[in-house]
Amino acid sequence: MKLLTANFISCAVKACKSSPLSFPLHFRDAELASKPVPYNPLLLSNLLPRLDWAALVTSSKELGFTLPETKPELPRLSASSFAATTGDGDMNMDGGAVGEEDEKTLRMLHKVLMETEVVEGKMVCGSCGFEYGIHQTVGNFLLPSHLV
Amino acid sequence: MSRPEDNLPPDLFYNDTESRKYTTSSRIKNIQASMTNRALELLGLETPSLILDIGCGSGLSGEILSEGDPSHTWIGMDISPSMLAVALDREVDGDLLLGDMGQGLPFRAGSFDAAISISAIQWLCNEDEKGVDPKTRLSRFFDSLYACLKRDGKAVCQFYPRDDKQRDMICSAAIKAGFGAGLLEDDPETKNKKLYLVLTVGGEGNKDITGVVKNMDGVDVYDNRKKLLAKAKGEAKQGTKAWIMKKKETDRRKGKVVKSDSKYTGRKRSIKF
Repeated sequence: MKLLTANFISCAVKACKSSPLSFPLHFRDAELASKPVPYNPLLLSNLLPRLDWAALVTSSKELGFTLPETKPELPRLSASSFAATTGDGDMNMDGGAVGEEDEKTLRMLHKVLMETEVVEGKMVCGSCGFEYGIHQTVGNFLLPSHLV
Repeated sequence: MSRPEDNLPPDLFYNDTESRKYTTSSRIKNIQASMTNRALELLGLETPSLILDIGCGSGLSGEILSEGDPSHTWIGMDISPSMLAVALDREVDGDLLLGDMGQGLPFRAGSFDAAISISAIQWLCNEDEKGVDPKTRLSRFFDSLYACLKRDGKAVCQFYPRDDKQRDMICSAAIKAGFGAGLLEDDPETKNKKLYLVLTVGGEGNKDITGVVKNMDGVDVYDNRKKLLAKAKGEAKQGTKAWIMKKKETDRRKGKVVKSDSKYTGRKRSIKF
């Protein structure tokens, strides 16, 4: 279970659908690992507006590391912003090259979202307390039929 | 042709031996790869995106997603633990979840850019246990899929319906969930025919489902909606003279006593009365 996935998962129990406590699920007894993944800044900039930053901060606290409290601001990247760095270096509003500061933020996001994995552990719903097991990085989201 | 759907529920059918057989068969690999490529073509994603793979199995379809250009990131969900174990052995790039799509997808709203599903959703039509209603499972699946895709999102589901009835059941469940839906059939009338259910979620780029295939070669469009609309128009509106005449005619045919028609039939009384 990557942190990226955890940021999109909420409790699947029917009674929890309307409860704000059902997201994010809280990690328990988590065992972490790092798995190298190719760096993809375009995807990250595409994902950033959709991330629930508060939830990400909570999850990372539970896993024992800290993130800035506020969502980092990034200009929306497009394929042309990478072409621009190799080209004549002409910087304009939307096609500008990635700054050093932004690059650092992107690398940080990449490390947290893409490369950090929970190998073993549990995820617990804050509303109903249902425990979803994580075994060999695969989260078990099968529900007993009375909870569907 | 035997259908695996007829034997056992998916989590039991794809056991360790069956999963390995499925993943090592070069024939299945080729078919899966070509279907995934077709699905990607239909999705038409230009930027690296986050894709949900429903019924990802051992990651045969996922591999294509991460290898393609641009390279996408995917999250896979499957009900068979053995299939997922094979996927782990093969060290696929996507994140995996064990889950039942018929119970609804456990994602928050607007999570994914797109979703694909290769040879999976026909399993939803199975009635394996007592008290399991395929219709409920289908609507739970499509409702949650609709919610977890972002606006302007698309989903392509390749599936093998048993017959036309099953195909229509799946399509109508998708339309009921709010999707704009279309069916694409590759190699029609042959043994290798493949059905793709193309689904779109509102938004600017997705106003009309036929827009998905506009720039593709060799695709004929049959628009069923106009026919349905014309049929609806052909039926007389309740309360109109035509409607009353039709009613009287049916009653007369049944042998009931019906007042004779005159120029006053179906007219409003004047206010004076």
